[in-house]
Amino acid sequence: MINQEMTARLYKMMLLIRRIELRVAEIYHTDAIKSPVHLSVGQESVAVGVCDPLEVDDIVSNTYRCHATYLAKGGDLRSMMAELYGKKTGCAGGKAGSMHLIDIKKGVLGASAVVGTTIPVAAGYALAMQNEARETGRQRVVVALCGDGGTEEGCFYETMNFAALRKLPIIFICENNRLAIHTPLEKRWATEKLCERIATYGIKTHKIDDADVFKIRDTVANVVSDIRQNRAGPVFIECATYRWLEHVGPLDDHGDAYRDNKEYQRWKDNDQIARLANMLDAQVRHQIENEVTVALQDAEKYAEESPYPDAEELYAHVYAS
Amino acid sequence: MFTQAETTTANSSQLTPDTRLIRYVDALREAFEEEMTRDPKVFLFGLDVDDHKGIQGSTVGLQEKFGKDRVFGTPLSEDAMTGVAIGAAMAGYRPIHVHIRMDFMLLCMNQLVNMAAKSHYMYNGQVKVPLVVRTMIGRSWGQGGQHSQALHSMFMHVPGLKVVAPANAHDAKGCMISAIRDNNPVIFIEHRLLYSTEGYVPTQSYEVPLGKARILTEGSDITIVAVSHMVMEALRAKKHLDAIGIRAEVIDPVTLWPLDMDTIMRSVKKTGRLLVVDNGWLTCGASSEILTRAMEICQEEERVTPPMARMGFAPTTCPTTRPLENLFYPDGRTIAVKAYQMVEGKQAKIWEPPVGAKTEIDAFKGPF
Repeated sequence: MINQEMTARLYKMMLLIRRIELRVAEIYHTDAIKSPVHLSVGQESVAVGVCDPLEVDDIVSNTYRCHATYLAKGGDLRSMMAELYGKKTGCAGGKAGSMHLIDIKKGVLGASAVVGTTIPVAAGYALAMQNEARETGRQRVVVALCGDGGTEEGCFYETMNFAALRKLPIIFICENNRLAIHTPLEKRWATEKLCERIATYGIKTHKIDDADVFKIRDTVANVVSDIRQNRAGPVFIECATYRWLEHVGPLDDHGDAYRDNKEYQRWKDNDQIARLANMLDAQVRHQIENEVTVALQDAEKYAEESPYPDAEELYAHVYAS
Repeated sequence: MFTQAETTTANSSQLTPDTRLIRYVDALREAFEEEMTRDPKVFLFGLDVDDHKGIQGSTVGLQEKFGKDRVFGTPLSEDAMTGVAIGAAMAGYRPIHVHIRMDFMLLCMNQLVNMAAKSHYMYNGQVKVPLVVRTMIGRSWGQGGQHSQALHSMFMHVPGLKVVAPANAHDAKGCMISAIRDNNPVIFIEHRLLYSTEGYVPTQSYEVPLGKARILTEGSDITIVAVSHMVMEALRAKKHLDAIGIRAEVIDPVTLWPLDMDTIMRSVKKTGRLLVVDNGWLTCGASSEILTRAMEICQEEERVTPPMARMGFAPTTCPTTRPLENLFYPDGRTIAVKAYQMVEGKQAKIWEPPVGAKTEIDAFKGPF
């Protein structure tokens, strides 16, 4: 059920992600951020719709395009910005950078730069949560995100089979932006029947083709509830979305040959942030925008003013004690 | 069957009234049973761990005792199953993931190198990966090119992994207990031909510390550092050398990473010669690392580098047929000759050690 409170909450998180990423793009040329950045601009509704119904102790695992999900799941904004700057106060002390954000306290598993790698790791977490629930009686849920490219990796299918075999409490989300770096889906998939393929494992599937943030949120909320109460995992959800910027870096590359400007326009007309802005009272909207501005400025200042790690940090955490 | 009693008795500080002679495979099984009883977070999984043969007997009966949630077989999905182990480890469990041959670990390299080894560092200590990956080197009865590989040096190369390769029953149990309790990913390398060898093993629980080498026999003329199954060959070489008055000090590093160079270098200072016999290829191998470190330490201490040499697998794929396979591996006689030449110098007359009794290599009739 859509109400003003939920609309305001979803709008605020999507706006925060959009604006922090556009700010990253804006300052990227200054080299304050010395790390490859894979921006989610245009894809915010998936991260926010998926994470909104989750509890703090539920888990999300991520791709290297991880800023949006990290923030949507409650990851600390200041720590993210400091991590991008390579600072000691970053979420991983500057050792991870943009591609490996993590906030375990908020249930954000560490992201990997190698496509598909975190999918089975998330399933392992789900196996642990399944065991834990036998003792605690409360079923925590794991959400594993991957892109359309991730579904081409062998470990993706290995994990689908294992998750179905063990009935793991996991929701797989495919953020399908139809691009793997610059290669379109048509050159990579024999057929587009992804949900049909997954369904053959006996996994329930949902396909959302318009990136509608309410639809994504509702679907995930229902699935989470079903897994928590009825141990109804795993579930697979394919969400169509669109990457507004280049694969890695700050630029809009719609001048390049592989891009389709008509499709871009269609997705811009469907922008969920603009849509929700129009659904809110002007006063509420302005207040949110001001709060986002303050949070952004604060995070950037924090990152700028934080120190770099000390030299001895190079050798810290090679092995766990 | 083929007892290592002599050597383990001489070097076991845990020799107590409840110590008995048991096989390597039974020592491993005992470690799982004891640790799974002690810690409910330990679980064991992998292809065939719950079948009637139970990984050559090393997991037999464990599912009956601990249930299907803690001991279970998996699909043949080595890559994803490694990821599953890593995720469960991050979530606070202590998985033991089993591969019946080391060759299959090549299917897990992404997870082991990119995730298991790096997570604690890359995520700045926010997660730990207390994972044991059990893996078995095969040999003999035609194991051939893809059931015989010893890839320990690939894992030694990557910061964040520990690599252990115990060569007797006592160390198999103690190292396994240490590996399970360790908060890092440990590649635990077993050898198929060691499974039937017997050693004195205490019934109670004990740890053999990771990163500590074991001096198996003391000697004054040459240090022989041998890895995994080559420890048995080095001990056979020692007997040949004894017969002609050459005293070899045989050292088993036990843990290949972190490597206990202190013990090795103390020995080399005494004997003045170092021969490394790896159970693997030489190029970029454990032998390269041990000899390089030995040379570096000598240079740091401004000492003359002693005579050093190494032996290992022939630089070929392991052939299946027995006559060629025999040439592929060093053995007690070839090791003894090499050591003899190092001690006596190039002018020494040709010496051929006598052909020995049948060994565990001859006894192994497979099929697997």
